Amino acid sequence: MHNKYLTVTALTKYIKHKLETDAHLRNVWLKGEISNFKHHSRGHMYLTIKDDQTRIQAVMFASDNRYLKFRPEDGMHVLIKGEVGVFEPYGQYQLYIRHMEPDGIGSLYLAFEQLKEKLQEQGYFDKSHKKELPSFPKHIGVITSPTGAAIRDIITTIKRRYPIVATTVLPVLVQGPNAADSIKRAIEWANQKGDFDLLIVGRGGGSIEELWAFNEEKTAKAIFHSAIPIISAVGHETDVTISDFVADLRAPTPTGAAELAVPSRFELLDKIQTLVRTMSRSLQLIMKNYTDALNRIKQSFAFRYPEQLINQKEQELDRYVERLKQSMSMRMEQKEEALAHLNMRLFSQHPKRQIELVRKELDNFSKQIDAQMQQLIDSKYNQLMANVDKLTLLNPLEVMKRGYAIPYTKDGTIIHSTEQVNQHDVIAINLADGKIDCQVLSVEEENS
Amino acid sequence: MTDEQTMSFEEAMQKLESIVEKLEKGDVPLEKAIKYYQEGMQLSKLCNDKLIHVQEKMTQIVNEHGELEPFNIQEDE
Repeated sequence: MHNKYLTVTALTKYIKHKLETDAHLRNVWLKGEISNFKHHSRGHMYLTIKDDQTRIQAVMFASDNRYLKFRPEDGMHVLIKGEVGVFEPYGQYQLYIRHMEPDGIGSLYLAFEQLKEKLQEQGYFDKSHKKELPSFPKHIGVITSPTGAAIRDIITTIKRRYPIVATTVLPVLVQGPNAADSIKRAIEWANQKGDFDLLIVGRGGGSIEELWAFNEEKTAKAIFHSAIPIISAVGHETDVTISDFVADLRAPTPTGAAELAVPSRFELLDKIQTLVRTMSRSLQLIMKNYTDALNRIKQSFAFRYPEQLINQKEQELDRYVERLKQSMSMRMEQKEEALAHLNMRLFSQHPKRQIELVRKELDNFSKQIDAQMQQLIDSKYNQLMANVDKLTLLNPLEVMKRGYAIPYTKDGTIIHSTEQVNQHDVIAINLADGKIDCQVLSVEEENS
Repeated sequence: MTDEQTMSFEEAMQKLESIVEKLEKGDVPLEKAIKYYQEGMQLSKLCNDKLIHVQEKMTQIVNEHGELEPFNIQEDE
């Protein structure tokens, strides 16, 4: 019997299921006011959305809210896209917010922020692309509506300040769906025409929708690609458009644009006067400087006492000659010293010592040779004496002393054989102490 | 100085400023300084005249055929 009672959980789950399967609640577009806004430290946003009658709890998870282009605050009116679900622990239905944007400006606001971010990333706002405005423009093109306060403010301000500039109005649509194209064409036309040196692009104040043409990519790109410098002047001081970021200079208002575009002729007249005064003063100063210099020269000592100048120079000359001499003798001394030094070195290399050395050696050799020579002579002498002794022993005279004799024929030939003599021949016999002449009595031959 | 008549205000102004600058530096030979001064005076007169005796340039408007015609501000707004 308890079966007909549900648990709280079961009921909650059932409700949750009902809500989550309802197509209308899956895709809720809601507008209301924020209250009790809390941005949890973990990133999720908890808030209440209310109108003057009722309220609903809402949550926006960090994964969704990080794409928000604004900071939600209490009291802010917002447009929300989300779905309704149940938070089971509290049995509470609540709104899960997927998208949120401020009410009023809405999607335009979002588009603005998105385009701004995109162009910024692409470098359209970089300072390096900003062109310098001419100091004294010659021909200004005003791209705006030919009717209305803006054109009047611009033209009258330019005429008042700097009437010598030529001005041409390039009439365009400044609001509505064709405005951006119209502005783009005018900028391109001015660039083709080629005789403009400055453009003012703008319009008077209006709602964000009315100013929208100046927030379109087409307009921004046309401004960016213009070779002519552009001043943007859209709405009031507080209205900021994409065109303002892209333009070379942003003016707070159309009047401001005209003031930035041209110098004031009264200020210029003042400036010219100042320049003329400066010029006169400078010239006077220059003339005074030259006069002073001339006077100084005239008054100079040299002009008054020229002989003094010569005397002084004479003295100087003497001093220079003295110094010259001094330095000359100093140099001579230096050179002499160097020469003496070199001489000394040369002397130390003199060959006398070597000659002596060699001579000593030569003496030694001579003595050696003499000694050896003597030795050789002595030995030869001794040899000779020995030979003489031997010879003495062989001397026939000596033999004859012992009783031997030598017979000679009468013609002096030594007789060796009996055949050399005949009977009655006269022969001589030599003895040791003389000779005997003899006659051969007979010859007797012995047989041997 | 020969093309004084055709010189634009901007050119005359720039020339005047550069002359003043040169004179202010001071180290100019005297003859040149005097010449600069004369030139500067002529330029200042030229600039003055251009600003005072204004021949107001007409404001024009581009019509739908891309032609230029005189433009008058509508004072009704």
